Amino acid sequence: MSTRSPSYASTRGVSDVAKRDLLSIDDLSRADVELILDTAESFLPVLKRDIKKVPTLRGRTIINMFYESSTRTLTSFELAAKRLSADTMNIKAAGSAVDKGESLKDTILTLSAYSPDIIVMRHPQIGAGRLASRYTEASVINAGDGKYQHPSQALLDVFALRQAIGKNLEGLSVWIVGDILHSRVARSDIGAFQMLGMKVTLAGPPPLMPRDIETLGVEVEYDLSKLGEADVVYLLRMQMERMQAGANFVPSLREYAALYGMTLERLRPGQKVMHPGPINRGVEISSAVADHPDTLILEQVEAGIAVRMAILYRTIVGYDERQPGERGTA
Amino acid sequence: MSVRVFCNARRGEDLLVRGARVVDPLAGIEKVCDVLVRKGVIAELGEGLQATAGVKTIDAVGWLLLPGFVDLHAHLRTPGREDEEDFATGSAAAAAGGFVALFAMANTDPTIDSASVLEGAAQQAAVEARVPVGFFAAVSKGLKGERLTEMHELAQAGAVGFSDDGRPLATAQLLRRALQYAKVTDRFVAVHAQDDSLTGKGVMNEDAVSAKLGFAGIPAIAESAPVAEALEVARYEGGRLHVCHVSAALSLEHLAKAKDLGLRVTAEAAPHHLTMTSDKVNSLDSRVKMNPPLRTEADRKALVAAVKSGLIDVIATDHAPHAHEEKEVPFEVAAFGTTGLETAFAALYTTTVLPGELPLSTLVERMSQTPARIADIPVPTVAKGQVANFCLVDPDSRWVVDPERLQSKAKNTAWAGETLQGRVKATVAAGRLAWEAGA
Repeated sequence: MSTRSPSYASTRGVSDVAKRDLLSIDDLSRADVELILDTAESFLPVLKRDIKKVPTLRGRTIINMFYESSTRTLTSFELAAKRLSADTMNIKAAGSAVDKGESLKDTILTLSAYSPDIIVMRHPQIGAGRLASRYTEASVINAGDGKYQHPSQALLDVFALRQAIGKNLEGLSVWIVGDILHSRVARSDIGAFQMLGMKVTLAGPPPLMPRDIETLGVEVEYDLSKLGEADVVYLLRMQMERMQAGANFVPSLREYAALYGMTLERLRPGQKVMHPGPINRGVEISSAVADHPDTLILEQVEAGIAVRMAILYRTIVGYDERQPGERGTA
Repeated sequence: MSVRVFCNARRGEDLLVRGARVVDPLAGIEKVCDVLVRKGVIAELGEGLQATAGVKTIDAVGWLLLPGFVDLHAHLRTPGREDEEDFATGSAAAAAGGFVALFAMANTDPTIDSASVLEGAAQQAAVEARVPVGFFAAVSKGLKGERLTEMHELAQAGAVGFSDDGRPLATAQLLRRALQYAKVTDRFVAVHAQDDSLTGKGVMNEDAVSAKLGFAGIPAIAESAPVAEALEVARYEGGRLHVCHVSAALSLEHLAKAKDLGLRVTAEAAPHHLTMTSDKVNSLDSRVKMNPPLRTEADRKALVAAVKSGLIDVIATDHAPHAHEEKEVPFEVAAFGTTGLETAFAALYTTTVLPGELPLSTLVERMSQTPARIADIPVPTVAKGQVANFCLVDPDSRWVVDPERLQSKAKNTAWAGETLQGRVKATVAAGRLAWEAGA
């Protein structure tokens, strides 16, 4: 369960029902994570059928509320909900009441009047999901909140890795390379990788490395000279849209690519390469690496559907051990 | 040309306080005794005092009687944002917190940057405020950092000092000019030290918590570098400089050096910086968003030590009321600031005095007598012949901070839901009973 902050003075609409949100990877125990991964695996056969749909969440309502542009996360959540037969609605900030100055609180109160079971929310601000959760009885799933968390990404990443390497990730070394400062993917994946026993190293230019990040129990490198020790190289996209003009985080993309770009020369045979997408070919990843057989980028996208089905399913039915399709479910 | 304060107390009160432990560092008293107030003036201190029939008597056995607190840094939002605070509610909050005088910052709308605006606000305070309220005047017109205000006229109107607080002073040159004119008026210039280029879009301290949460961080050097610069200007120019809300340990070395050089420099720290750290931000609760931000435990400890040694002269609340809609939004877009008047003593008593970090008498001195001296108003002291300016505190009372039950119009207290020990039971300000709990 996510913890709730003490209540605000103006309490209109504040929800006190017990419910399961997924706002941060830290909301999950290792057992929860493994349950979601196992649940996702049980959904894989469904996705290989001709008719890729089960009635599991029939009659349930899921609202995807996206305050930030997104292609893969939104389509992946939407498809996951549809594969489970839930009713879905997509709301984008552009063209909605948000454009007319409606506050997050009021938008959530309004949507909650339709009694959704789950609100999947992406928002440019940290903690928006937690704030939203206070005003709705629906479970809130964070599909990315600013630079803080993107838990479904972390879960699909470890799922894709398990599919590629095997269930036991204990002791493997993963290097997360790039713009750590602005990356909710890094903040979520660090937690997920560590939970499954992996050793995490962060590498990137010093201005894009958060001060005191070592306190999360990670190693920090400012160059790739020791990249060979990594079993998994997780590349981050250069997020030009988050860079303030004049902040001088990187002098140029050319220099960034030279220092931190993943090239065939840097790739050790057997290393797996991951990237949350969208990729910038020639910047953080060369074309040759992007198309290399040891690169799991498309496997990550594919894993997204099954993992998000598992997240939606577990959010509704709970985190006990039963698998979908076993007697008494669906 | 003296500093002026304004309130609606007209008639001094008759009052007998029985059995409280009087703690007054200035008078050198720390003993249980009765205090008799006649017509608003302390008439007698002693044991077994009797009041004439009909005189209000407060049974204060087990309580503390302390010189009333003086706040050098409050935002009362009037004129302009009376929806957030006005003189009646702000002064009620002050009285409920044991304050007998407070000074409002000039970042109102309109800015307090001319004698006429100051006089208008003062007239209103004289009607509405239940404890004396004084005013800072802006250093620059409209806080724009360009044109100096007419500091002499503002000083004549009673301004306690000059500050563009809420914003850093735009340039070192502006500080220099203000210090030059401050010599003419013998008032102080209070600076909000902040380097905007280092602050950037930061919303909390830059540390392990910001690394984890992804918030843009405000580094300690965004404060310490401009503190060093301001002190250097004061060293060259002279004049009285007051450094507002010091929050970073890095700033303290610069202050220590300036004091060693004998500069006329004073500094304040806020209750939240002395009692809380950036760990609080893990809640993502916008009520713990303030500027300067909550720092690390090492910073907090260094600040408390500086208060103890006197390197930090005073504790000032930086009481910053905000409307709900400015705080009930995601952390990054929420307004900076917490209210502080009603919780200051209890928070400090709970977090610094009870664990032994700070002696009670030092806390009293930094909250009451030293700020009064800096403000150049009569120093609250419990002595015969003095105007009654004291508060009564039950040091054993534990209470949960419920924003709805506070006097401030705003509910954005960083202490919401916290259990504090030590509660102000009554406040006598300017000779009048300004607050009585449960009354």
